Order: sequence, then C-alpha cells, then structure tokens
Amino acid sequence: MSNNPSRFDPRGLALPGLVLALWWGATASGFADTRIVAPPAEVLAAALRELTSGELAEGLLASLGRDLAGFALGSTAGLLLGALLAVSGLADRLVSPTLHALKQVALFAWIPLISVWLGQDEAARVLFIGLAAFYPVLFNSHEGIRSVTRELAEVTRVFRFNARQRITRLILPAAAPQIFAGLHLALIYSWLATIGAEYFFKATPGVSTPLLDGRADFDMAKVLYGMVVVGLVGAALNAIASRLEQRSLKWRRSR
Amino acid sequence: MTTSFPLSLPGSQAAVQAGRRLGGLGLALLLPAAILYLWQLAATREWVTPLLLPAPAVVLQALIDLHASGELWEHLGISLGRVGWGYLAGVVLGLLLGAAMGLSKTVEAYLMPSFKAVSLVPVLGWLPLFIMLIGIEESLKVLIIAKAVIVPVTINTVKGIRNIAPGHFEVARIYRFSPLQTLGRLIVPSALPSLATGLRLGLANAWMALVAVELLAASEGVGFLMVHSRQLFQLDMVMASMVVIGVTGWVLDRALQSVEQRLLAWRVTAY
Repeated sequence: MSNNPSRFDPRGLALPGLVLALWWGATASGFADTRIVAPPAEVLAAALRELTSGELAEGLLASLGRDLAGFALGSTAGLLLGALLAVSGLADRLVSPTLHALKQVALFAWIPLISVWLGQDEAARVLFIGLAAFYPVLFNSHEGIRSVTRELAEVTRVFRFNARQRITRLILPAAAPQIFAGLHLALIYSWLATIGAEYFFKATPGVSTPLLDGRADFDMAKVLYGMVVVGLVGAALNAIASRLEQRSLKWRRSR
Repeated sequence: MTTSFPLSLPGSQAAVQAGRRLGGLGLALLLPAAILYLWQLAATREWVTPLLLPAPAVVLQALIDLHASGELWEHLGISLGRVGWGYLAGVVLGLLLGAAMGLSKTVEAYLMPSFKAVSLVPVLGWLPLFIMLIGIEESLKVLIIAKAVIVPVTINTVKGIRNIAPGHFEVARIYRFSPLQTLGRLIVPSALPSLATGLRLGLANAWMALVAVELLAASEGVGFLMVHSRQLFQLDMVMASMVVIGVTGWVLDRALQSVEQRLLAWRVTAY
C-alpha cells in the first residue's frame, strides 16, 4: 500500500528479524522444546532436502496444473454466463436469483457432496477449483458489461456495427477493467481452493503434500517449508495477474 | 432526436416497477421450481440411486428431524459461537492494526511487509502449523477464523484512512480539533464506507473459514455434522446441512448489511 512498492525499505525487516531472533533464541536456549518447535536451521535443512529431492517440481506441476485447469473452467463459465445475463434481461431475471442463493453456500460446504458424486479424483478437485473461480468472474463480468452506457451502444447502432464488432469494439473494451478484476479475484480464490482440494480430496503429489505429511509426522520444519512454498506460489500468481491486468488495460487507455 | 427517448411520468414508472417486481419474482422462482421438479423426477424414477440423490422430500424431512431433535440448534449454536469470537477478535485486531498503519507511515513501514507475508499464506496453509502448536481445541477454530477476518479488515481500514483528502486534515488542524475530535469527526466518518466493506468481507471469510476448519478438525458444529453425515453416506443430511450453511451465511450477511446501512445513514444526516 506504499506509494512506491518497488523501493525497498529496510524498516520492514525489523519485525521478521525480531521474530527470527526470538525463535532462534527460544530453541537454542532450550526454552522451547525442539521436539515440538523446530529450530530455524532445521527448517532450512528441511527446505534444502525437499528442494534437492525433486518433489517440489513434481508437486508444483501437479498443483499448478489443477489450479489452472479449474481456473480456466470456472472463469470461462463465469464469463459466458455473466455476458449472457448482462445482455439478456430475461435470462438475468430467470437465473440470477438462483445463482445468488447458491452463492450463499460457503465454498467448502460443497466438498462432501462433490466427493460423493465425483469421488476423490482429479475431476472432483478441478470442479471444486472451478466453482471457486466461477462466482467472482460471473459477477464482475455481469456488472462490467451492464455498465456499458446506452449512449455508446447507440453510437454503435448508428455506425451499423455488426454483432461481432459490437462485442470486440464496444463491450469487451468497456467492460475490460471489471472483467480483469474478476479474473484476478478468481485466480486468488482458485489458489485457495487448490490447497483446499488437496486437503479434502487427498491429492498426492501437490504443493500441500509437505503440509499434510509434516503434520502427520509432527515435523514442523516440513510444515513451515510447505507454508513458504504455498505463500510464494500465491504471490507469484498474484504478481503475474497484476502485470497482465495492467498491460491489458494500458492498451485500452492508449486507444 | 430527443423525441426518440421514451418519456414517462414518475407515477406510472412506479406502477411499472411494482409490476415488474412481481413478474420478476415469478421468473426468479421458475428455475428453482424446474430444478426441484427434475430432482424429484430423477429420484422417483431412480435415474440415479437414492443413495447418491435423495428425493427433495427426504432432504426436507432430514432438516425437520434435525430441528426436532434439537441437534441442528446445538451444532449451529456451537458454530455461531466460534464465528462470533473469531470475528470479534479479528475485527478488533484488524481495526487497530489498520488504523495504526493508516495513520502512521512509520508504523506502516515497519509492519506492512510482515502483514503482507502473513496474509499471503491462505488460511488453510496455516491450519497444520496451528494444529501442531495448539492442538484441535476451540482456540484453534477461533484463531483460524480471526486470521481469515484480520486480513480484509486491516486492508480496508488502511485504504479508508489513506483515501481521506489531506485537505480535510488541514481543516481539522485549523479548527484545532483534538486528536479525539479528529478521530470521531473526520477519520471514522470518512473511512466508514471502506470499513464497512472490510467488515462484510471479513464476515464472509469467517463463515467460509469456519466451514473449512469444522470439516477438517472438529467433533461438533455444522461443518462436522456435514462431514460426519458424509462418512455415514447420509446424503440427505449432507444436503440439509448445506441448506443450513447457506441460510445462516445469508442471514449473517443481511444482519451486517442492515447495521451498515444504519451507520451510513447516520453519516449522511450528520453533514
């Protein structure tokens, strides 16, 4: 939230440094039981072990694959349905209330039902991730396209734009900021859902494998390593989404 | 040119709107009715085994049984208690943290990077660590829910305070507002819409986190009721629990929305 995010401010390191020092001190002095609280060095060793074993690449590939598959599925469905609801008042009044009602069911509450119907397969995971991505894209593209002003629509009618021209030259550029906002949110939600899917549908391999195994073996070093990986992947996805969003909208502004 | 736009009187417009709303209700109920009909048909003709798709009436009966036995209210009460404590803790901490970072660039410089790092790891990523540190006691649920609430509340509090025009602070200085007056008459009213957004997002997150944590690590609560029924393959109970979770989420959101509207209405009349 700072004005210049690219500039590095060393004050931000003070708190992590303090936590690290306290953590190291507590484990080195024997104040904390090292069988429960892993010392910092052990976390580093665990990370090195995992990184060299090749499990990271395997897990990362599997998780990103299902994340992006679910994201593509959910956001395509959301975009198409959102566009339909925005363009057709009848469809909007017919479908929107039901969609809003279904949205009230908290995301994770779908898991038991999905697991009964689709089993513990990859299909179940992708569907769940798709469900997480669906709603933000749906609502944002709906809003975005509906906010295209009547005046602009009339201009396209005066110029006798055909349907394709109206979509590519009016609707998409005008609704782009909201659609991208929806896609960005969907990317964040689908990463959360990917972790959830791997917890509930017992996926191995995946990025959450160290978290699940570490907890089962009571290996805190592994768990902490897993948390760092999950956080970094989420940050990378977020950064890529922001970059793409900015670039696409810059093109729009320059026109 | 202007004659091509339809002109309408305000009175007739209201009538049209009322008619449209009634028609809208009919249209809105069409799809759920169709789904229910198909569902009923699929169940009675056994297109799908009843084990996988219990009839709507069976789900309704499960809901009634849950209510009659008191089981529903017991589990729901426990879940709501967890959400209440977690939400309260998350909101208080989020508001304090957000206000501190929003008002002071120095505090922001020290805390924001750490806050961002903590919020990068989703709630479910924290769960294994928290379980190892504090077990699967009540405090685990409260902690997880609080974590889910703090992030949106803090971010929106900072945003709300940062978006106050600097000129307003100058006016407050010219009128020699005390810090308390500046807080009560400038900061809180100006940041209120953004605060309200944070509070609502936080509540939605809290409810979602509760369901997740109860599915994974609980022996009571609506999430547990659901996962327990699924293990026993009682899909009617699973679906009944989904209805309960959906309705409760909706009621919570509605309740907060009406509080929010009242607060914002007060803000308008105060000027």
